[in-house]
Amino acid sequence: MPSTKPRLPDGLVVIVKEECATCKMVEPLLPEIAQHASLVVYTQDNPLFPTTISAQHDADLSVSWHYDIETVPTVMRIENGVEVARTVGWSKDEWREITGVATLGSELPAMRPGCGSMSVDPDLEDTLRVRFQGDVLTARHISLATAEDEIEALYARGWTDGLPVVPPTPERVMRMLSGTTRSPNDVVAIAPPDLVELTVEKIAINAVMAGCKPEYLPWVIAALEAACTDEFNMHGVLATTMPVGPVIVCHGPGTRRIGMNSGINVFGQGNRANSTIGRAVQLTIRNVGGGRPGEVDRATHGNPGKLSFCFAEDEERSPFGTLGIERGLAPDADGVTVFAGEGPRVMVDQLARTPEQLLASLAACMRSAIHPKLVIAFDAILTISPDHGRIFAEAGWTRAQILDDLHSRLQLSGADIIRGAHDIAEGVSESLADATLPKFRPGGILLTYAGGGAGLFSSVIAGWANGKMGSDPVTRSVSL
Amino acid sequence: MASAGSSSLVILDPTSERSPATRQRIARPESVKGLTVGLLDISKARGNVYLDRIEELLVERGATVKRYAKPTFTKPAPADLRYEISQQCNVVIESLAD
Repeated sequence: MPSTKPRLPDGLVVIVKEECATCKMVEPLLPEIAQHASLVVYTQDNPLFPTTISAQHDADLSVSWHYDIETVPTVMRIENGVEVARTVGWSKDEWREITGVATLGSELPAMRPGCGSMSVDPDLEDTLRVRFQGDVLTARHISLATAEDEIEALYARGWTDGLPVVPPTPERVMRMLSGTTRSPNDVVAIAPPDLVELTVEKIAINAVMAGCKPEYLPWVIAALEAACTDEFNMHGVLATTMPVGPVIVCHGPGTRRIGMNSGINVFGQGNRANSTIGRAVQLTIRNVGGGRPGEVDRATHGNPGKLSFCFAEDEERSPFGTLGIERGLAPDADGVTVFAGEGPRVMVDQLARTPEQLLASLAACMRSAIHPKLVIAFDAILTISPDHGRIFAEAGWTRAQILDDLHSRLQLSGADIIRGAHDIAEGVSESLADATLPKFRPGGILLTYAGGGAGLFSSVIAGWANGKMGSDPVTRSVSL
Repeated sequence: MASAGSSSLVILDPTSERSPATRQRIARPESVKGLTVGLLDISKARGNVYLDRIEELLVERGATVKRYAKPTFTKPAPADLRYEISQQCNVVIESLAD
């Protein structure tokens, strides 16, 4: 059970463990110190150590944890219940000063470093965090039976996306929460479709299940903040029969710090951050929000990216700037953009050598997004690869030039896209026969740069009904 | 990674907690014939006398009966006992006499 900080007696407090050679070295000095001052010794491991003086056993490491002991031996001076001085390891001068024993340890070397405190032992840290801080966890605790397979138990309760999940033990959830400075009970958003208050703790539980590391948690939180907005309309993204899910584009130097992939196989498997951040968002929507396939999620086909579709822009190598900055993030700020998108589709052009040739090619491919005769109502993410990007870089084209040129090539003649034209029933209203209509609305192409170094291909990720009728992309900054 | 002081794994509920953590009851069967029925004695005095009679009546109706008991009536059935019953029986009747 969580506990409060133990009060230490006034005088000197020394914390030691038998396993530490420096502690053994100072062991003979302790009776001498006790003759000069009120001394309490706490031992972390063997309760019979030290043999020179009786000691309290810090068996549950409560004293060591609450007083942030990182090294043994540690000497503290306590006055009126408050620590006023501390020294760690063995420093003859410092020990003499804090104990007031001027001749202390004259036969010992001047300095000797201490050893790691058991309270910061990586093997014990998770257990101790739950023991002393676990009361911040308010989620219902569920005991599984000893004979119950924990992976199967989580399947049986309907809490997975079809793949196994990591059991969210209090130890793992506390470790996950160490990835953010936010309080576990902070409400991040109202999660659709059940409109439930979404706390940092619930997100952390689902992030554990998804396989996230603690440093990914702020990204998961930011993506959920973005997804649970009226603009993004997560409820509609779930409920639609269209195949879309939240596609998460990550921006900023933090993407490199947490090891995200922006290169080879960028939309594919194999990178833990890419695979688990998106998965955590989807598991949270499923488990907390209640958005499950066959219930509120009515997708006809869905797409495999609904397990996780999350990637980073290759910002350092992009010849035409970044989507993150275009969407209002400060340079070097971390952020996420969520986009209601389907799966990525390749656009091959191995022969174009000028920006114009390449954009003509990409425009022809992008025209078919959703349907070649449907326009304006759908946005798209365009991801240019390094090989294609080089064509723009060599010609010195800016981001604005690329997008303006592409939009200009995607102005469609109404006569070509009205219902019935070219023997295709689908299309826009016959009343638009004389109009010229843009395939994408202004700002409707989200230009990104990512992918492996070889391949004269780019990709398009088509969206869902945009604007107030559907979903707009939403960008949020990531903060710890 | 078992929690300290317990042999069974403790996990945190990832949901909105609008539903009970335990799974929902199955529909009541039309007949007990051919079913394995667990009789869970909550361990109040003389509950066994009452359950012995229930067992006779169930066996007459074609059920196979397995008997279980909680360690104490003052506490909920342990997770391991609940799991054991769920693995061995089609239905369970929890009873007490007082």
